[in-house]
Amino acid sequence: MVERLTRGPASVSELARPLAMSMPAVVQHLHVLEHSGLVRSEKVGRVRTCTVQPAALRAAEGWIAERRTAWEESLDRLGEYLAEHPDEPPKRSKQ
Amino acid sequence: MSGRSTNHATFVIERTYDAAPARVWRAWADPAEKLRWFGPQGPAKAEHELEFRVGGLERMTVQTPNGARYTFAARYQDIVEGERFIHTYEMHLDDARISVSVATVELEATAGGGTKLTMTEQGVFLDDLDTPAAREHGTGELLDTLAAHLQDAGDRG
Repeated sequence: MVERLTRGPASVSELARPLAMSMPAVVQHLHVLEHSGLVRSEKVGRVRTCTVQPAALRAAEGWIAERRTAWEESLDRLGEYLAEHPDEPPKRSKQ
Repeated sequence: MSGRSTNHATFVIERTYDAAPARVWRAWADPAEKLRWFGPQGPAKAEHELEFRVGGLERMTVQTPNGARYTFAARYQDIVEGERFIHTYEMHLDDARISVSVATVELEATAGGGTKLTMTEQGVFLDDLDTPAAREHGTGELLDTLAAHLQDAGDRG
């Protein structure tokens, strides 16, 4: 849905057409997107037109990508660390 | 960098390690071991404290060579020894809070004696304090995440 909107504004029925979803489900998803600030919609006459909000998209994209990348790098370093230190003795209380 | 805003997101990262779950667990639970892979690898300087128990706190402050200071401050909310833990954490850039998150890490033994690690982060990112570098990442991941989020929202609704 967002992908479609990045190509330009669309009506709700245009958004729903390629999706295997009921109209109420489409409307519900649009509510989620609007609530998150990614999408704005405006009703003119009987047609509700949706547009993506590029600033919100960038901000959301930035945060997810940055955090995800940071964790991926950390988890890859964990893999390297484990490969280099396979036999680190377990910490056991003295028996 | 100016206005107030909130952006919510969830992402999941999976890794499989050629090490037993107990070994992977220790790399998270032991402060000295965790700093080795979680701390900065370059010239940045870090201070790190970790108390790996329910209610315990972790704090890592990283001073980068260009003068920025990042702080990771976590609280361990749930620990099932060797299997999973959940921590909440906030990130600061200098004195500004960037994000507040819940991160769940789950370990599972694989058939080959290794470990599958699944990390799920649910967070809120604050006030558009993102970086240009981060934006170079494609929209694909965002759309995947959104799709998952929408799927979840649909399932709940």
